[in-house]
Amino acid sequence: MVFPDRVERTVQIAHPPAKVWAALTTAEGLAAWFGQEAGIDLRPGGSAWMKWDGGHTADMRVERVEEPKVFGFTWHIFGLPDDDPRRTYVEFTLEPVGAGTRLRVVETGFAQLPEEAYHTAYDGNTEGWAKELGELVDYLDAA
Amino acid sequence: MPPDIEAIAEQVFAALADPSRRAILAELAAAGPATATDLAGRLPITRQAIAKHLTLLAEAGLVTAEPGERRRVRYRLRSAPMRVAQQFLAALARDWDGSLGALQDHLDSQAG
Repeated sequence: MVFPDRVERTVQIAHPPAKVWAALTTAEGLAAWFGQEAGIDLRPGGSAWMKWDGGHTADMRVERVEEPKVFGFTWHIFGLPDDDPRRTYVEFTLEPVGAGTRLRVVETGFAQLPEEAYHTAYDGNTEGWAKELGELVDYLDAA
Repeated sequence: MPPDIEAIAEQVFAALADPSRRAILAELAAAGPATATDLAGRLPITRQAIAKHLTLLAEAGLVTAEPGERRRVRYRLRSAPMRVAQQFLAALARDWDGSLGALQDHLDSQAG
C-alpha cells in the first residue's frame, strides 16, 4: 500500500491571474465556488473560514500571501475529529499563460505521522498484558 | 521504532475487510466496551470465533483489553488507528477536481 501524502492538480483557466486571485482570496470569491459562506483575514497568520449548508465548516489559517502568485493556508484534515491537531497545507500557485492562468493546487500532509506513533512502548505493554489476561480468562472458561 | 503509518492503515483496512471483525468493531463503537461473551450474545458469531478475532484485533492495536467485571476481559475500541485510516481516506476523498470545476464555472459566469 502507498499512503498518499500529496494531492496535486493543475488547471488552465481562461481568466487572468488577478481575477483568479480574487476568487481564491476574498470572502465573496470563496463563497461563490468553494464554501457557501466565507470569511478571510488575508495576511499570514490570519484566519479564514467557510460554511456549507448542513452545518459543515472549515477553519483555515492563512500561511502565504504573495499576490497574485501564491496563496497558502492550512486546514483541518477532513473526517478527523475536531480536536485532532493534524492539518494539511494547501497552496495555490498562479502563473499567467497568454490571457489566462495556469492554476496549480497542492495539498500536502495527509501522511504525517500521528502523535500516537510515539506511544509504542506503552502499547506494547498493554498488548502483553492483554494476552496474559486473555489466557487467564480462557483458562477460567475451560475450568 | 515508531510504527509505520502505512502499516497501521493496512491493519485497519485488513481488519475491516472481514465481515465478522467489522461487526465486532461496529458493536464496540456503537455500544462501548464489551466482553467476548457480551459480543457473542449480541452478534450471530460464536464466542470462539469472537475470541479469535478479538485477539487479532488487539494485536493490530484496534482494540485494547481491560479488566471488566467478574474477572472478564473487556475490549474497548482504540480510535488512534482509525484516525490513521481516516487520514488515508481523506486524501482519496479530497475532491479538488470538483472544487476547481466550480471555480472555473464561477469565473466563467462573472461578467467581464
